[in-house]
Amino acid sequence: MKVIVMRPDQKIIQQWIEPDSKVLDLGCGDGSLLHYLRTTKNVHGIGLEIDGQKIQRGLEKGINVIEQNLDEGLSNFQSNSFDTVLLAQTLQALSRPDHLVDEMLRIGKKGIVTFPNFGNWKSRLYLSSRGRMPVSKFMPHSWYNTPNIHFCTVKDFDALCHEKNIKVLARTVVDLEHQGSWYMRAWPNLLGEIAIYHISKESD
Amino acid sequence: MPESIPTDSVGLVTPQVYKFDEPLTLRSGKVLPGYELLVETYGELNSSKSNAILICHALSGDHHAAGYHSESDSKPGWWDSCIGPGKAIDTNLFHVVCLNNLGGCAGSTGPTSINPETNKYYGPDFPVVTVRDWVKSQLRLMDRMEIPEWAAVIGGSLGGMQVLRWAISYPERLRHAICIAAAPKLSAQNIAFNEVARHSITSDRNFHEGRYLEKDTYPKQGLMLARMVGHITYLSDNAMRAKFGKSVSDFEQSSSENFGRDLRSGKLSFGFNVDFQVESYLHYQGERFSENFDANTYLLMTKALDYFDPTVDFEGDLSKAFINSDCKFLLMSFSTDWRFPPERSREIVNDLLKAGREVSYLEVEADQGHDAFLLPIPRYVKALSSYLQRVHDEGNSDAS
Repeated sequence: MKVIVMRPDQKIIQQWIEPDSKVLDLGCGDGSLLHYLRTTKNVHGIGLEIDGQKIQRGLEKGINVIEQNLDEGLSNFQSNSFDTVLLAQTLQALSRPDHLVDEMLRIGKKGIVTFPNFGNWKSRLYLSSRGRMPVSKFMPHSWYNTPNIHFCTVKDFDALCHEKNIKVLARTVVDLEHQGSWYMRAWPNLLGEIAIYHISKESD
Repeated sequence: MPESIPTDSVGLVTPQVYKFDEPLTLRSGKVLPGYELLVETYGELNSSKSNAILICHALSGDHHAAGYHSESDSKPGWWDSCIGPGKAIDTNLFHVVCLNNLGGCAGSTGPTSINPETNKYYGPDFPVVTVRDWVKSQLRLMDRMEIPEWAAVIGGSLGGMQVLRWAISYPERLRHAICIAAAPKLSAQNIAFNEVARHSITSDRNFHEGRYLEKDTYPKQGLMLARMVGHITYLSDNAMRAKFGKSVSDFEQSSSENFGRDLRSGKLSFGFNVDFQVESYLHYQGERFSENFDANTYLLMTKALDYFDPTVDFEGDLSKAFINSDCKFLLMSFSTDWRFPPERSREIVNDLLKAGREVSYLEVEADQGHDAFLLPIPRYVKALSSYLQRVHDEGNSDAS
């Protein structure tokens, strides 16, 4: 049996996914998470990806991957056709993140969203001390060429969930090494670098 | 003739005849009393018989998909770029089966065969066969070859339609369906082009109501014209600009320079002769095709395309057709294909998703139009290769 190395954020995500369930991974990248889920939990997954090279790597891992642009919508997916819909580190690059979150919970019974937290103290310090949009290893692009067009903070996403009557089943923040700690749990919006949300429709 | 047969070729191959005496009831209601299928295979069938792949050919294809028939062949089979040892459809891993479909003109029973009832050529009396009929005959071939299930059924264009029919009619007999540059059914524009082709054949004075072989002739002009029109629909505007543009290799330069308007002899004739390279090319392609393809088969193949509509049994809903299609799917399309453009493949993908099927889909950037499915486009071939590695790995884990 092959040993599978998993990213730490994927470790957190995978514990929310039931064995034998159906998972739709929006922006699945090289398919490593779906591959892990299939191997360890017999998950039936489909990934959506727009980058040709990543699609190829997904095929090499033996996952199902569909070339599709998330900004063109998900109307080709049926309501309640998946157990979980994942959106990892892609929310901030979408033209209408709010619409996509709606779509996630239409298609899936539950959703998992991860995004870089712009409310992190490093971003705040950069902006307040230099007066310029933060550029770092964490966010390496300049404002004019970044694919990340809709940054948000943990508080912003909490507010969006509240407005949309979305139930937050679990919320975790971690640092770039995806390590959590008691102080991050205490001040998530200030200290968390990556936010991980497990959400569902309020009625569930 | 190749200097020597390349090492990644399946080498010299000999087609085999499979004779079927059991009558085949066709979709039209007509019955074909008996028939022969001409078949080629490449690579060994494994002991668990789990590594067989069926290749379905398109309009003008046949059983000769890879390798050479003799040392003096100038060209290998029509999909040699993808079939062979170490190639995308790896004959070191798979037992590959390809047949000439019923109604064809490359050796299986068709209009150029002798009708046992009349002892004359079938000609126009050969019944209209549909994609469904072909797949039925392929199933019988599979049973004869004692292959319990295909690891994959693969086809492009009209071949892709056979793949869909396999997945719908006999889902328990295949594990993967690989459908390339196809459509769920033809559009009015597609049918229109086919009708131009058919009309050019049937209006040729040498057509003789389809009984031209009895008169030792054939509708050469009509067949040429049919192929010329067809050929244009297989290419993209960009592909033609590049092919006939100033014999420069840089594609962008050629397209911006003269739109592919290379002249044949360097000047205009101010007459109605062939002035441009593209004209000369189409004449050549048409002529070569007309000498190697049967006109009645061309009519049959275009009708099979026109009639293909797997939704007829499912209230027009393709997703319902896939409800029992447990196999896994890979679809691919090509950006400049205007015969079966990417949107047509997406229609299939969306109906597969609606039916809850496992599906992968790629939209490959390629300038070559519909023809791309026959060409070694790197991204396409690499994806096919990786997917088939998965097919192979899954086949092995099932067997163990």
